[in-house]
Amino acid sequence: MSNANQQAVAKYKNNFLKEVEANVEEGHWVKMCMQCGVCAGSCPLGPHWEHSPQKIFMMIRAGKREEVLGSDSMWMCTSCYNCIVRCPRKLPITHIMHGLANYSHRLGLAPKGQPTREIAKLFWDNLVKTGRVNELKFSLAMYFKDGFGQGVKNAMAMQGIGLGLMKAGRLNPMEIFGGHVCKDKSGVQKMIAKAREIEDRRKSLA
Amino acid sequence: MSKKQYAFYPGCSSQKGASAANYTTSIGMMCDKLDIQLNEIPDWNCCGASIGYAEGGELPRLVLSARNLALAEQNLGGQDVVSGCPACWLATRESVERLHESQSLLAEANEALKEAGLVLKNETKARHMVEVLVEDIGFEGLKKPVVKPLGDLKFAGYVGCQTNRPFGIAGESFENPVYLDKMVEAVGAEAVKYDQKVTCCGGALAFSEPDKSQKQIRDIVESAYDHGADMIVTPCQLCQANVEIYQSEINKKQGTKFNMPVVYYSQLLTVAYGGSAKDAGLDGQLIRADKLEQIASK
Repeated sequence: MSNANQQAVAKYKNNFLKEVEANVEEGHWVKMCMQCGVCAGSCPLGPHWEHSPQKIFMMIRAGKREEVLGSDSMWMCTSCYNCIVRCPRKLPITHIMHGLANYSHRLGLAPKGQPTREIAKLFWDNLVKTGRVNELKFSLAMYFKDGFGQGVKNAMAMQGIGLGLMKAGRLNPMEIFGGHVCKDKSGVQKMIAKAREIEDRRKSLA
Repeated sequence: MSKKQYAFYPGCSSQKGASAANYTTSIGMMCDKLDIQLNEIPDWNCCGASIGYAEGGELPRLVLSARNLALAEQNLGGQDVVSGCPACWLATRESVERLHESQSLLAEANEALKEAGLVLKNETKARHMVEVLVEDIGFEGLKKPVVKPLGDLKFAGYVGCQTNRPFGIAGESFENPVYLDKMVEAVGAEAVKYDQKVTCCGGALAFSEPDKSQKQIRDIVESAYDHGADMIVTPCQLCQANVEIYQSEINKKQGTKFNMPVVYYSQLLTVAYGGSAKDAGLDGQLIRADKLEQIASK
């Protein structure tokens, strides 16, 4: 168990709702859910959620900490915002799902090898390097995330699309040597590091 | 007439050689014809996009937008920040709102911004390019520069998610927004009834959950065919890329014969305003929009 996780367990004991309210983005909204289920019916990937947002909210209130934070469910969010605009109580459901995913990821409780978790991390690491996303390096990192052999297979499978994009001027092979960057990339990096430090301190994640 | 000025935030995918480079090309020509001047925010950075939350967390994500807003305030004071990218717009507008709602978050953001030598007053509005067209130019204004009405073409107006939710365009319904159809009609073409207009394409999960996303994409393309559209038109880079790029994958896996062009609203406008196929970035399509190219070359 990670240190931050142990501390959170000790601090909030059996009050998982309180923990979510304190540490999860927009978590203070959870208690407002009236269990109507509109979110569950509005999600484009709904059938693939082990627990719908509606259930997740009830599970939080019932103190099902491990089941919620270890769930694959939040990682099914495509950020379509259907649930937000349809929620009769105006809960920012998308953001709460993102917040839960982030919290479980940071505590080390999110499912290992969950593909959206993995690419989300690759994406963030990519943008932090130069302040801007390098699409070529991001694509390659995704292909090769499961090792070299699998990476070559993935790259071969997507070869036609890659070449098509290059021909259309929408994928530049020279980006491998750097490409677009922020001039003040060190300022961007320091800023992000500071923001993370402040937030981690506030949420006892440090 | 003096030009309308905006602080332009292109975003990563709109850079030269990136996946939506052709969108930027068409925006340039479209804005020229509409007397809109876009002033690029110097040294802007990535917005964090829709999957930045997982590793990033709230404050690191907010400061990414805060830096762009601070750079706009400092260099292009008084101009609204405008992006053509729904994800960029959404992240920026969300940050503006959250940092307005909470003084303590704004203070924390400024503490982090200090590391990059910047201060945010948070006085700027964040808008999508479509808002500029609809609200500042208006549909009548969009008709004025038309020299080549796109008379014979039928478009499926695919609005998608993030230009439509959670903020959307003022006065539009989340379930049945009509601004894109009205744009199509403003350039003399036909907007078909299209039941998948606000369906999610899978977003970033097109990479991580390809089968689940390709089911969405299949519905989106199939419905365009069912309704007799010649092509799909969208205001979103990720919608464009996902719906265009993965048609060949779906064909391979499922035996379909999809070959439906997916273009941006700005490409229609550019062609209708007399631009060439190149001005409209139509050379950047994986599935060529032949019928639009033909009109452009007339």
